[in-house]
Amino acid sequence: MRTIKAEIITQEVARLCQEANFFLGKDVIDEFKAALEREESETGREILEQLIQNANIAGEEQVPMCQDTGFTVVFLELGQDLTVQGNLYSAIQEGVRLGYAEGYLRKSIVEHPFKRKNTGDNTPAIIHTEVVSGDRLKIIVAPKGGGSENMSQIKMLKPADGRQGVKDFVLQVVDEAGPNPCPPIVVGVGIGGTFEKAAYLAKKALLRDLNSAHHEREIAELEQELLFEINQLGIGPAGLGGTTTALGVNIEIFPCHIASLPVAVNLNCHAARHKEVIL
Amino acid sequence: MKHLTTPLTAEDLEVLRVGDRVLLSGAIYTARDAAHARLIDLLTEGRNLPFNIEGQVIYYAGPTPEKPGKVIGSAGPTTSYRMDPYTPLLIEKGLKAMIGKGLRSQEVKEAMRQYKAVYLGAVGGAAALISERIQAAELIAYEDLGAEAIRRLVVKDFPLIVVNDIYGGDLYEEGVRQYRKKAKSGREE
Repeated sequence: MRTIKAEIITQEVARLCQEANFFLGKDVIDEFKAALEREESETGREILEQLIQNANIAGEEQVPMCQDTGFTVVFLELGQDLTVQGNLYSAIQEGVRLGYAEGYLRKSIVEHPFKRKNTGDNTPAIIHTEVVSGDRLKIIVAPKGGGSENMSQIKMLKPADGRQGVKDFVLQVVDEAGPNPCPPIVVGVGIGGTFEKAAYLAKKALLRDLNSAHHEREIAELEQELLFEINQLGIGPAGLGGTTTALGVNIEIFPCHIASLPVAVNLNCHAARHKEVIL
Repeated sequence: MKHLTTPLTAEDLEVLRVGDRVLLSGAIYTARDAAHARLIDLLTEGRNLPFNIEGQVIYYAGPTPEKPGKVIGSAGPTTSYRMDPYTPLLIEKGLKAMIGKGLRSQEVKEAMRQYKAVYLGAVGGAAALISERIQAAELIAYEDLGAEAIRRLVVKDFPLIVVNDIYGGDLYEEGVRQYRKKAKSGREE
């Protein structure tokens, strides 16, 4: 049995919280640059240039690219042959506490949905764990902004609605969101499973690189079709009109009940943040 | 490019049209959801606000904490619609401009037209870039709200775009119409 100390997990989570907020992924910056070539709106191009400049400043000065440093969502892939010395979840919460303090990140979590008193340290993080074979621990930290999260939706379609029903719903969600989720956005779509599984898949889809494609050809084609049609909606950078509404559409699927076709659409702003480590 | 300095007058706003670029300088006030709820409570109780709202500008923002030696952390706009329920009364009391991002309600647009106020868009997510235009920040109310406290910022040439003018124009509607190549939407129904 391999063992790992909880303190190491805390340190790594603290580092990832900060790096995710300071350093925008290369895949996103590459998409900004590609969009700059294609964007038809002059205002849209100006905004894309500002976003590139903003990412540069954030990286160079190590300051958050966005003031909304997010709800800290942590994805774990825990090897079943690994033993953690100490409490794994406590170690992660401590890492968030430390990272948000050290990095001068905003504390955006309130402890009760109605009483709404700030917890003061951005905890609790939301932790999703998958147990896998092996003796490693993969940690992905994905701070999620509230503006785009608020524009996300889920719908339980009928099986008869099929592929077209899914497309219509995704387009409707993006269109209704308009300028609110800080376009150009990344669209995570979860299709299948149960109510909560679809939502989880949609969130997980946001972790995939923007230049990646789903391994199943039909789904990869659906990703491309949706991206094309979303960019025809006219919303554009900052929602001021233009041809770059989304930078990417990532879909994850799962088997369904004979009665169901759940679809979840999780929108992410252009600050599509996630950093990972394998311990 | 138009230059504006706070506090704003009715004449300042008369020349602004949807799509105009504006560089705003002077004092502005940050307020988000929780601070707005408290401001409205004060007004309904007939009490004074923590700042004189006449001719002022509210920036929908909750900045990150400042690093040592810095005036402020990252400070981009938050989504404005959440403040819509509170906004018409503030406009009626003299608020002249709001800075944020995203769609406004019909009630807010109507109040802007009736009482002469504008809605200025800042680029959502350009928080590190915007911070460079903020010269001073002072917490003036509701410290217990943390990032949501009301801060008085002094800005120099804050780059903005007029989304709603006093004549009823709406840049989000006009901009999207111009580039829309697809007749499909919840918003058109």
